[in-house]
Amino acid sequence: MRNLLSYVFLLVTSFVSAQISISGKVTDEFNRPIENIHIHIQNKTTSTDALGNYTVSMSSGGKYTIEFSHISYQSEVRKIVLSEALILNIQLKSKVNQIEEVAIQSKNTNATNSQKENVISKSTIERYSSQNLGDVLKEISGVSALKTGNSIVKPIINGLHSNRVVTLNQGIRIEDQQWGVEHAPNIDVNSIQKIKVIKGASALQYGGDAIGGVVLLEPNLIKTDTLIGKTMLALHSNGRGGSAATSLFRAKEKGLNWNFNATLKYFGDRETKNYVLSNSGNREQNFSTGLSYQLAKHNFSTYYSLYNSQVGILKASHIGNTNDLYNAIVNFQPAVIEDFTYNLAHPKQEATHHFLKFQDHISLSDASSLDLVYSFQWNNRKEFDVRRNSQNTGAALDLNLKTHIFKVDFQTQKGKLELKNGMNLFLQNNEANPFTGVRPLIPTFFKNEIGFYSVSSYELKESLVLELGGRIDFSTIEASKYYLKSRWNERNYDEAFSAFIQSEVGNQYFTKPKFNYINFAGNVGFKKTFHHDYIWYFNMNFASRNPNVSELFSDGLHHSNGQIELGDLRIQQEKSFKVASTLTKSWQKYGFEIQPYVNVINDFIYLRPTGFETTIRGAFPVWAFQQTNAVLSGVDIAFNAYFLEKWTYNLGTAYVNGWDVSNKKHLIDVPPLKIVNGLKWNPKRWGNFKAELKNEWVFTQKQFPNFNYQADIIQNNQLVSVEVPISQPPKGYNLWHLYSEMQFETSKKTNLVIAFSIDNLTNEAYRDYLNRQRFFVDEMGRNFQIQLKFNY
Amino acid sequence: MKNLKNISLVLIAIVFTACNNDDNTPPPVTNEEELITTVKVTLSNGGTQIVLQSKDLDGDGPGAPVFTTSGNILANTNYTGTVEFLNESVNPADNITAEIEEEDEDHQIFYQLAAGLGSLTYTDSDANNKPVGLAFTYQTNAASTGNLVITLRHLPNKSAAGVSTGDITNAGGSTDAQVTLPITIQ
Repeated sequence: MRNLLSYVFLLVTSFVSAQISISGKVTDEFNRPIENIHIHIQNKTTSTDALGNYTVSMSSGGKYTIEFSHISYQSEVRKIVLSEALILNIQLKSKVNQIEEVAIQSKNTNATNSQKENVISKSTIERYSSQNLGDVLKEISGVSALKTGNSIVKPIINGLHSNRVVTLNQGIRIEDQQWGVEHAPNIDVNSIQKIKVIKGASALQYGGDAIGGVVLLEPNLIKTDTLIGKTMLALHSNGRGGSAATSLFRAKEKGLNWNFNATLKYFGDRETKNYVLSNSGNREQNFSTGLSYQLAKHNFSTYYSLYNSQVGILKASHIGNTNDLYNAIVNFQPAVIEDFTYNLAHPKQEATHHFLKFQDHISLSDASSLDLVYSFQWNNRKEFDVRRNSQNTGAALDLNLKTHIFKVDFQTQKGKLELKNGMNLFLQNNEANPFTGVRPLIPTFFKNEIGFYSVSSYELKESLVLELGGRIDFSTIEASKYYLKSRWNERNYDEAFSAFIQSEVGNQYFTKPKFNYINFAGNVGFKKTFHHDYIWYFNMNFASRNPNVSELFSDGLHHSNGQIELGDLRIQQEKSFKVASTLTKSWQKYGFEIQPYVNVINDFIYLRPTGFETTIRGAFPVWAFQQTNAVLSGVDIAFNAYFLEKWTYNLGTAYVNGWDVSNKKHLIDVPPLKIVNGLKWNPKRWGNFKAELKNEWVFTQKQFPNFNYQADIIQNNQLVSVEVPISQPPKGYNLWHLYSEMQFETSKKTNLVIAFSIDNLTNEAYRDYLNRQRFFVDEMGRNFQIQLKFNY
Repeated sequence: MKNLKNISLVLIAIVFTACNNDDNTPPPVTNEEELITTVKVTLSNGGTQIVLQSKDLDGDGPGAPVFTTSGNILANTNYTGTVEFLNESVNPADNITAEIEEEDEDHQIFYQLAAGLGSLTYTDSDANNKPVGLAFTYQTNAASTGNLVITLRHLPNKSAAGVSTGDITNAGGSTDAQVTLPITIQ
């Protein structure tokens, strides 16, 4: 990066009596002087004057690191050996040269100054080129995956998931029906260059409702005057498929920049140690392209991406009633095992996500900038069920979600104060197709929001940065929904909500429930830097989240877990107060990170069993959304050490405790204790050969609520009463993974990286507490992967 | 700053009123094609017909199925029986029995009789000569009471042990209907 930047480096010697001075001029890429550039050397700071000039004096010679930084420019760090007066002229690159500048804004490129951001780099993301975002995110300790089979993976951050985790692509919230635990984020991992995770709601510019956390996906950043291409091909033994991804970037200092990215994935049935996971294949076809045009003050950019996926749902997980569920759990063997096939049968999911964005980044002055953004997203989700009549191949659920987002972000820096202000307007419309022959799980609705935020950070001392932020959001939701009269009465809605009823149609009410919400969020914290590279982050934040459409309107039978799930119109916002702290040290020999936290959530919205209902399919347990007070507390730890020049050891561990305070019970679906140990060997020869052995140790979750229930089922041809053991988490497991890679220079400017890896080396048969299919099947068995990565 | 305040107030107003759409024409009601509301058993001994039925018109709603019977079953009698599955939530009612007949290899109906109520025997078969269960004979025992559980399985494993004689234990598949009918034999 640094050698790509053009700069002027001048050494002039002169005589200085007592002190040794460093001086020079800082200019931009158009050779115009820049005022207010922050210069930092040892514990001295200064800034440039109106002509871009600066001077710092040091009391003695020696080795120093000098840093030049500014809100609108990319920081420059130089190592200097000072023996006599030095003139150091610097040319800084404007940050807007990055085609999309997401979260790379303040001088320390952080979205928040009081909370540690966990970052996943490009090389790690590339390893997952044929997997999902949720798989990549597990690299961060404290992030786990909530899975439905192998291809539907959602991130859980510090024990929270779905609508409590906000995923942003290029600064825009991805709107793709995240209320569903079986709905994975609709994003192609190969379009992402860098991932940042902020655990908690402290990054207020991205929304005040991310009680679990924020995932920032940063696109391919463009460097100066380059044309870079990359093609990746991955083949997997398990699933007998793979992926192909290719990308091209064209960047120029001024004028037009463009990029392009395309991915194809194709997998058949996966296999466990003992059997085929019938109907577990998946496909993906993705495409994205970006254009940007750089003028002196403006950077116009546009981006479009298309995500298309088809995912088979395990046949054995399609059950009809409690009897089937009980049989599946007790038999411990899937009811349907067929020969391997690439075909996707019913049940399956199809999702299409269009994402379009226009942005104008305006440099108002050297110290302030304004961003105007408009984005449009169109998400279509189709779920296909096993139908009684096999001729009927239509979708059982067909949802069209359209979202418009307008954003204005203003940021400025005045001396030691940095200020970010902004507002966003959000207009959303969901259409549930009424002609599928199945009552839609989620109704047609409109949702509109407007939010304002202000975040300021102040550098009190060289080593101490304070941060304070606030946000307010106004939102409204109006649904069009049919309620069975029997359900409406059973829920006792008539008292409070009779005004919502528009008309009666047969045994149903046509209703238009409408709710308005006002949410406040606040954030206060600091970042303190100590000697020896210790950094301490401390953050307290308050946030609240509106009930989502599922929590309000769910009303019906869930086929994959044999339960009736009911939303409640009375549900109010949930409020979170989180205190989080991080202590990090990153040093040449070793580094660590300790992140303890406590998240107190009042009116926490969750599903709990409330009784039984008998239908013509048999009796079903009823799970209703209710509210309680909950506390999630835990600690995430990461440690790494470099030794003997060739070895790296990594440790990552996370523990979280979820407690339902009102009911004095543990919370359901809380990730168990996990310890990941990794050992890397890099002999720095043989084409930069790297090998890594990783051990993933997941403990048995012993902290769970007992939601087992009694049900009458047919056993030995007689109806008997049994306890359905749905609560007991599966036993812990211990997995080994191997990864290795080698790099070959194919020409001066091109190289080929060949990677070979084995997941689940010992072909362990195990089940995971956080996989929704744990009642039916084991997890995937051993997988060999070969990946070719060609850079040109 | 004052402008910003005004603009924001206007925007808030827009947000809260934007979806006040006055179009109150209800959208089409979903025709619940997958629903089974009624399981109807007809028993005949040549003379009178007895109809036993379990009906749940609100589908997955909270209402429980309602059981009705047209009369009591006679002791030590051989009945010819049929079962029908209907979706009466739509008008006209959907006859699901016909759909089952059409795809009879993919369906089987199982009958679990409480001890002492007699025995049931399949009298129909699909193209593979496996029973379907839409037609049966029922030989009653002496006077007694108990439950008959009727289960309609979709995609069962018809070749599994015991399945062709009506044992549901190894049948697999998914349950499309399961009703419990109280039986009184006089």
